Amino acid sequence: MQTRKIIIMSLLALFTCGAVFLSATASLADKEPAPGRTMAKQAGIMSGDWTTADHSEMEALKKSFQSGQEITDACLSCHSKADDQLFHTIHWSWLSPYDDGDVVGKAGYSVNTFCISTNKMNDQSCTSCHIGWEGKEDGVNCLKCHGQKDMDWAAQFKDYAFFQEMGDTEIVDEIQTDIQKAVVDVGMPTRQNCGSCHFNGGGGEGVKHGDLDASLINPKRNLDVHMGVDGADFSCTRCHTTQEHQVSGRVYSTPAVAERKSLVEDDLAPKISCESCHTATPHTEAKLNDHTDKVACQSCHIPEFARAHATQMSWDWSTAGKLKDGNPYQEKGEYGRPTYKSIKGDWTWEKNVTPEYFWYNGSIKAITAKDVIDPSGVVAVSEPVGSREDTESRISPFKLHRGKQPYDRVESRLITPLLSKQSGGFWKTFDWQDANRRGMELMDLPYSGKMGFVETSYVFPTTHMVAPIEDALSCNECHRRDTGRLASLGGFYMPGRDNFPLLDFAAWGAALAALAGVCLHALGRIVMSSRRNGRKKEE
Amino acid sequence: MKDQSPRIYLYTRYERFWHWFQMVMIVILMVTGLEVHGEFVLLGFERAVEIHNFAGITWLITFFFFVFWLFTTGEWKQYIPTTRKMFIVMRYYGYGIFQGEPHPVPKSKKAKHNPLQRLTYLTLAAVMLPVQMITGFLYWSYNSWSAWGLDFIPLGAVALVHMAAAFAILIFLIVHVYMTTTGATVSAHLKAMITGWEDVEEPESVEDWEKVYRSPSSGQ
Repeated sequence: MQTRKIIIMSLLALFTCGAVFLSATASLADKEPAPGRTMAKQAGIMSGDWTTADHSEMEALKKSFQSGQEITDACLSCHSKADDQLFHTIHWSWLSPYDDGDVVGKAGYSVNTFCISTNKMNDQSCTSCHIGWEGKEDGVNCLKCHGQKDMDWAAQFKDYAFFQEMGDTEIVDEIQTDIQKAVVDVGMPTRQNCGSCHFNGGGGEGVKHGDLDASLINPKRNLDVHMGVDGADFSCTRCHTTQEHQVSGRVYSTPAVAERKSLVEDDLAPKISCESCHTATPHTEAKLNDHTDKVACQSCHIPEFARAHATQMSWDWSTAGKLKDGNPYQEKGEYGRPTYKSIKGDWTWEKNVTPEYFWYNGSIKAITAKDVIDPSGVVAVSEPVGSREDTESRISPFKLHRGKQPYDRVESRLITPLLSKQSGGFWKTFDWQDANRRGMELMDLPYSGKMGFVETSYVFPTTHMVAPIEDALSCNECHRRDTGRLASLGGFYMPGRDNFPLLDFAAWGAALAALAGVCLHALGRIVMSSRRNGRKKEE
Repeated sequence: MKDQSPRIYLYTRYERFWHWFQMVMIVILMVTGLEVHGEFVLLGFERAVEIHNFAGITWLITFFFFVFWLFTTGEWKQYIPTTRKMFIVMRYYGYGIFQGEPHPVPKSKKAKHNPLQRLTYLTLAAVMLPVQMITGFLYWSYNSWSAWGLDFIPLGAVALVHMAAAFAILIFLIVHVYMTTTGATVSAHLKAMITGWEDVEEPESVEDWEKVYRSPSSGQ
């Protein structure tokens, strides 16, 4: 009777125990796709070919083109508002539309930790990325973004003029045929179009952004789940939607979007934030959705950047200018990337980089060549804006690029040396004083002649190279003692990371004392009872 | 021989179930809770949190059944604290037990708990567990605080109280498990909590003040 009861009770206890564990783990094993994934899949369905025009049939394009501007004129004969639209974009002006004084932007006084400045677009090699045929001097090169054929237009027209002068009609016709073929082969910008500049920022492939490099031209799904050719195969413009040639997603002093809205809330809003398609509650698991107000999607879904190609992590200008037998040289290191160049100094490269995490409300605070710096510490040339108290701020991942660059020891400003060979800058002369003086002159800024080098830092929000769901970070990456990814973010209590050392010390001490106490008590009972038994026997 | 030893029926089926249910809960919550606190990695943070939350909410709901049982059966009177004989009991555990003295407040159907137990279990059921349930519920509902107007509370303060109470319960657990060995035999208390029947040292003798008087309306 009693044993049966014991068995029943034990079974009951076991059952309770099992039920709790099973129920708790059931939701984990749930393979239902997350709601945010379903939403995004619906939003991302490719519903056919939208083209309504065949440019090879257009009369305006059936002619021979003697210059780039003639091509643009032909485009504008139909797309009459296009160039005016572009003149108002940052892609053309290289100046922030949010700054009236023309200070912020590549064409203004903005500086970075790479080639530092374009000297108001006067440093010639810096302007190779501009969308005009000849900088801002000539019209817009529509084909830079819309041409589906990769072509060096400057070289093409140079050759064309050369052979025309030589009277070699056969080659002239051949070049003209190539030009005409390229002109009619137009469409929405491809990853190659955008990448021709954005994958090569900072003077080379993978230099600037850790999450944008040539590996994204034909990426695999595990590198970028959205752009992967074996995945959703998105072009850049699927998210970087455009209105009147204003491409969304630019980040300077203002966020890419003022408000995070899903397509359900506003179907014509820019699709630039993750929430646009995935909503603010994308996860099946409620606790994960609880994170989206404080943690950016990118923080967990981009475990590392530069996962295919290495990215540059630091640039030290102070060692530039060393020559071997009077000649500039370079040294190559890991990943086949240069670690030293006479013209540029020391570089370091890294692959599979763990981001650094900061509070970020979508704005970047950057200094310009006009700003006075404090050279006693590391100068943040750019830094994310945000704080825990700001409800728009989320913990977001960044590539932090470290620099060491020239500054004026008297004026306490960063120097903008003139660099490129074509402009007769430092890369030709290896003369800092000359490069600095001429560079600052172009900016209308004083130069005292006293140069030093100051340590600097520059941030890039990491948002591309979103990994497939199976590679998203586990909770332990942040929720753990001391070594977690958010170990350096202070001002709030985070479970698993934080504790009260004094309480823990006292409490574990008390628990150990209790354990020792009961052990001693037990020992006392055993000793005393055997003594009593011994005495009884003696009696 | 053994069959003749005096036994009393102390714990009803529900009471025993509740006891062992709580034991399971405490063990699950203690292990997963310490993992969430970052003491070790066993199940992984996510799984530990899931199980901890599930167990906590389960206990919170079932606790209302326990409160219902407590008041409808009048068993709550077993937990009325008293200082009478408390020091005698303390003296017993500190001295008498080593001398083989009998327990000064033997168990009976109407007085299951000695004064020390009354105080301990009352603290546990009326203070420690509710504190854990309230702070645990707050911790769990952290994201709703601003909607409830509670965002002036620092999460760290809730965590601090929840941790402090958890350690207090851990200490209780250590002492409680050990105290089960202090019955008539080493396993007497344990056996009673499994079968309901406790072997006692001598026939029950209960003083009036210890007795639980049941009102007719309580249905017993």
